[in-house]
Amino acid sequence: MGKTLAEKIWSEHVVAAAAGEPDLLYIDLHLIHEVTSPQAFDGLRLANRKVRRPDLTIATEDHNVPTLDIDKPIADPVSKLQVDTLRKNCAEFGVRLHSLGDVEQGIVHVVGPQLGITQPGMTIVCGDSHTSTHGAFGALAFGIGTSEVEHVLATQTLPLLPPKTMAINVEGTLMAGVTSKDIILAVIAKIGTGGGQGYILEYRGSAIRALSMEARMTICNMSIEAGARAGLIAPDQTTFDYVKGKAHAPTDGDWDAALTYWKTLTTDADAKFDKEVNLNADELAPFVTWGTNPGQGLPLTASVPDPDDYSNAEDRGAAKRALEYMDLKPGTPLKSIKVDTVFLGSCTNGRIEDLRSAASVIKGKKIASSLRLLVVPGSARVRLQAEAEGLDKVFLDAGAEWRSAGCSMCLGMNPDQLKPGERAASTSNRNFEGRQGKGGRTHLVSPLVAAATALKGTLASPADL
Amino acid sequence: MEKFVKHTGNALPLRRSNVDTDQIIPAVYLKRITKSGFEDGLFAAWRNDPAFELNQPQYKSATVLVVGPDFGTGSSREHAVWALQNYGFKVILSSRFADIFRGNSQKMGLLTVILPQADIEKIWQEIESKPDTQITVDLGAKTVAYAKTTLTFDIDDYTRWRLMEGLDDIGLTFTKIDQVTRFEEKRLSFKPKTLPIR
Repeated sequence: MGKTLAEKIWSEHVVAAAAGEPDLLYIDLHLIHEVTSPQAFDGLRLANRKVRRPDLTIATEDHNVPTLDIDKPIADPVSKLQVDTLRKNCAEFGVRLHSLGDVEQGIVHVVGPQLGITQPGMTIVCGDSHTSTHGAFGALAFGIGTSEVEHVLATQTLPLLPPKTMAINVEGTLMAGVTSKDIILAVIAKIGTGGGQGYILEYRGSAIRALSMEARMTICNMSIEAGARAGLIAPDQTTFDYVKGKAHAPTDGDWDAALTYWKTLTTDADAKFDKEVNLNADELAPFVTWGTNPGQGLPLTASVPDPDDYSNAEDRGAAKRALEYMDLKPGTPLKSIKVDTVFLGSCTNGRIEDLRSAASVIKGKKIASSLRLLVVPGSARVRLQAEAEGLDKVFLDAGAEWRSAGCSMCLGMNPDQLKPGERAASTSNRNFEGRQGKGGRTHLVSPLVAAATALKGTLASPADL
Repeated sequence: MEKFVKHTGNALPLRRSNVDTDQIIPAVYLKRITKSGFEDGLFAAWRNDPAFELNQPQYKSATVLVVGPDFGTGSSREHAVWALQNYGFKVILSSRFADIFRGNSQKMGLLTVILPQADIEKIWQEIESKPDTQITVDLGAKTVAYAKTTLTFDIDDYTRWRLMEGLDDIGLTFTKIDQVTRFEEKRLSFKPKTLPIR
């Protein structure tokens, strides 16, 4: 029997295997940021260990950093200490770091692909659950905890039990105004936040093949929201074209060798997935979440559900709690929900194509006077590119705030937070209670819906304008 | 890592599903650079509510958390495990844990035990009616015992052995480090390096 793509990449990275033990897996790339690494570096120091492969390790500052006044010292002393600790650790252990103000600084999952350091067939880890983003290149990429960060720093390996595999087949053609964000929100609504637990997802089918690399990254990014540690897409010409010419892409003879290898990275025709899920792209519509977990989503044309309609007691209780937190009444049309803040950014939707698509809706118009629109590019390079294309002007002229790169309001660790009771339409990945600021309420949306909502003041798609 | 062999303690019932790691500890509490002091951030948003289970005097001494399905979803932050341990929890019982959270807990010696939801419901009822109920979790025997009930649970033998011996994963991997070196010698030469280009 053939192998799935995930199984192929896994088996090519097994350093040691023994019955009854986890496989020891080699890690090709380790991405680091300030929040989940200080205790790991401390562990190395205590045990007198060094970083085994600084040449396969790269760090950036993203979670904690301000998106305003980045040329000034970080105002919050605790945030500053964490960032300073990363700088000290990287200097001491010889790890390349892109600090705030550096042209390569940005969200770790935006930086890897834009440097060309994310390539097909690799194993990639980071102390961040959205590492699954890199799976869009046909890499096996997943988030790890700080103990594992220390393990990878010390040994460039991880002991892991092989997961099961699940195919997510998306056939058909997306209608205008429907994006990869809507695909993944629909997938999560279908299989639930626990549906992917214990699996690596492989997104397949004609609708996936038709997507750009950045759109694929949005899908893989949110695999974790379906409970899967990793999600991937087999590399194809779209992938190869994207990687070619990037700073760390192979060149000359290496490129040819790499390309020959990358073309083998597909699921064999006779391979069997442990589970398959099918979605019809033709039927998808712009999606929005109404609750407090990413599985609580519906098409924008729907209304807030009634908890009593759920047959399962757990779902009923969760829906009740969610509606109370979100201050929503059953039966309210989603399009009538008024929003205070629109956040455009994050490792899910903070790339240049996301900014372009939002700008195409906003161009020449003004945002609703009742709300603020925060635009936070995923990286300093994305910001520069957007400025070169005049997108900053489009947003500023519309009345938006144009910020510097970072995770920002996706997790509200820096000053960019919702106030208690404030309601946001957000292109990020998590609508958990308090995620974007204590007491804040989040509706997850695509960049197109975010832009239309910013103009209208209530949840809307461009077709509603 | 501290060895985990057997633990007996009072339990706290938390009838909520999908408790993500942002609920276990919000991002604003993640700025420390140590593994200690995170207890203040544990369930921070909910602790303002006097009715929240953690604020109930009858559960003050609880060391076993009994919680609904899909505990620990979302962010990979190991701080969630540290916060639970810093507060004093030794064992979490649930019908489903998120993958990354479970992995993190097993690295730190916080025991996560999977039981059928029907059993979790019975334990909830027991500890809600008798909060001083003692629960004994025996990793050697793979059992959870309370009142007159004894339940068995599954855990892979390798993880069980590591937890019971309190073994450090990095130390174990260093015993295979020659194999890592040999693997590195055969890696595909075109794989990228992070060293600055030019």
